[in-house]
Parts: sequence; C-alpha cells; structure tokens
Amino acid sequence: MEALTLHIDKRLISILEKVPDPEIPVLSVIQMGVVRNATVTGNKVLVKITPTYSGCPAMDVIAEDIIKALGEEGYKAKVDLILAPAWTTDWITQKGRDALAKYGIAPPLNATADKAALSGDKKLVKCTLCGSKNTRVVSPFGSTPCKALFQCEDCKEPFDYFKCLK
Amino acid sequence: MKENLYQYILEIADNCLILGQRLGELCGHGPNLETDIACTNISLDLLGQVRSYYQYAAQVMEDGRTEDDIAFMRMEREYRNTLLVEQPNTDFAFIISRQFMFDLYHYLFLKELQHSRDLSLSAIASKSIKEVSYHLRFSSDWMKRLGDGTEESQRRMQAAINTLWPYFEELFEISDAGKALIKEGIAVDTKGLKKDYLNSAREYLQEANLIMPEVEHFMKGGKSGVHSEHMGYILADLQYMQRAYPNMNW
Ligand SMILES: [Zn+2]
Repeated sequence: MEALTLHIDKRLISILEKVPDPEIPVLSVIQMGVVRNATVTGNKVLVKITPTYSGCPAMDVIAEDIIKALGEEGYKAKVDLILAPAWTTDWITQKGRDALAKYGIAPPLNATADKAALSGDKKLVKCTLCGSKNTRVVSPFGSTPCKALFQCEDCKEPFDYFKCLK
Repeated sequence: MKENLYQYILEIADNCLILGQRLGELCGHGPNLETDIACTNISLDLLGQVRSYYQYAAQVMEDGRTEDDIAFMRMEREYRNTLLVEQPNTDFAFIISRQFMFDLYHYLFLKELQHSRDLSLSAIASKSIKEVSYHLRFSSDWMKRLGDGTEESQRRMQAAINTLWPYFEELFEISDAGKALIKEGIAVDTKGLKKDYLNSAREYLQEANLIMPEVEHFMKGGKSGVHSEHMGYILADLQYMQRAYPNMNW
C-alpha cells in the first residue's frame, strides 16, 4: 500500500468526467477527487478509487458506473479500492467547488475556518441562496456524514455545508 | 503471528461494530432530529471503519471467510469489544457520556495507530481519525451543553458518568496478542496513552461542570470474550438475518 500520486491517463479523463457521484450528481468522480489513478494497457484499464468517508455507501455504485462508462468506450476496466493516502476535501477540484455551490451545497472551507464555523465561533459559511455570511450551524451532521446543516439568518434558507476533511 | 494479528484487528474493530450497532438503535428514536441524524451518521462512520478492518482480517486469515462472516457468524465469546460499548442507551446523558468516553480513547488510539508498522492498519487509522475527530467534537460539545446546562441535565450527566466510569479502564487493557504485536511495532502500547486520556478527560469534565468519579474497582472482561448481560441481546439483533437465512446476500 505505497503512497500514490494522482495519475489519470489523458484518454480516460473525458470518459470519467461523465461518471457522476451518485449522492451529489452535479459532481463527477473526477471533480470529487475520488479517482486517484487510471492506467491503460491495450484495451484494459485499471482504476483506483478511494472513499470519501469510510462508511460511504456509494463506492460500490461508483465502481460499477466506472466499469460501465469505460465499457461503452471499448475498455475492459477493473476498479480497485484504496485507502491510502486518505481522501481529503482539498482534492475536490475548483470546478467541483463551483458546481457544489450552484447545486445548493456550500463548499468546504479550510481546516481552521471550518472548525470556527462549525463551533459557531465565527460566521464564515456563505448562504448558497443569497450569498450572506450571516449563517448559523443547525447540526454538525447532515443528510450524509460529509455534510453539516446550516441556516441563513438573512433569507432563512436552510442548506448543507460540505465539511472540511483533512 | 497471523493469529495474533487477527485477534488484534478484532479487538479494534469489534468496539466499532458494537458501538455502531448501539447508535444504530437510535435511528428514528433520537431526542430530536439533529441528534438522531448525528448519532446514526457516527454509526455509519464506525461501520465503514469496521468493514475495512474485517476485510483486512479476512485477508490475513485466508481461510475463506468474508467480512460478513466475521461480522455476523461469530459466537458471543469470540467478540473482543470492551464492556463500555455494549452498555445500553439508557437516556441521552448515557449515550453522550459513553460516546465521549469512547471517542476520546478512539482519537488518541488512532493517532498512534497511524504510525503502526503494519501498513494496512496505519492506512485505516489515517482514514478513520479524520472522522473520529468530528465524533469527539460532537460528543464533547454535548457533554458541555448538558453538564453545564440546567440543574436537571447536570444531575443526569453526572449520574451517567458515575455509572460508566468504571468501564473506561478496559479500553487500555493490553491482551496477549497486543503484547506480542507491540514488540513488532504493529500494535499501540496503550499504557502510555492512559495518562493523556485522564488528563484530557479531566479538562473536558471540568469545563462541563462534571466531576471525574473516584473508582476503586474497574469492570473488564469484554476484551477476553466475557461480556455483560447486554451482549446477547445486541447479537440477537445484529445476527438475526444471517441466523434466520444463512448465507443470504444483498
Ligand atoms: Zn441567505
């Protein structure tokens, strides 16, 4: 289980960019940073994916979807699950962050800001509807383990915040 | 060596499985929506971690058993979890106190396990500790909120801590398998962690307006397979499907 640096064969990027994260379908598995490695030998592809959270029930579906998407382009794919190095929200790409905000999920802040926001010490999370930072944490756990529940004090919109994992 | 490693993985994982099961019981029964969601999310994190451990245990043993067999097909005496995590969801004060006592241990433990010479264990630890730091934040926040809350909530928190405190020490007990693996640089020497745990717990408790109980006799047995009367009921629930429909699959 040696440390792995991000490497995805250029020919595969556009295909994998069409595979959505099943729980946040506006993000692809590439934008989510879940695909860490993908190599091609002939028509065989080996893809290595890593879970966002240990209990993420989406990993099996993601593996199946990747095999299917690559299969449609004539590749025979195998998907391996790796744990190291552990996923971090830093791996969500900029495109991914923009897509999250548009979808109604506030993207993760850096670790220090995240802690201050979740403990209620500072108002830092931007409302996804009106953009105000006058928001408060309703619950540090939301609809999935990766999210917290927030509410905007100005426009009253309740929304999810993607917690920083580092 | 193989047998020791297998036993050691179970010691770590079974705590997560049984506590995950206890927290899962709260699904739809939490005191309010937010705590209900939080407890079940923590349960999901723990069960996710369990899967990684059991998959690794199955790989170590190479005897044809799968992660599911290890989770569902063992007898009570073969589970290695501590007595603390099988204690019932008496009321929310108990749930939070049990969680806090475990989370603090779990966090300190994983911090060390990250440096294990066993690369699979260190990878699981590095992954899990990110999740567990959120668990600890959740449980310690509630300790403060309730301990330093109303007279009633303070009284109930102190009662829960008094009842559960005799169970903390078993978390640090080192089994024979553990002893052998500490020498190899694989297992965590928890002896050194206990002082950190007590210092840290004392600070949290003080801030929560709670007193750390003085205990003379500590409860233990779970790590060697001798469980409390609660364990049979937990397993009856946990194993029901596999016992009723052997080898069933999703
Ligand atoms: Zn707003």
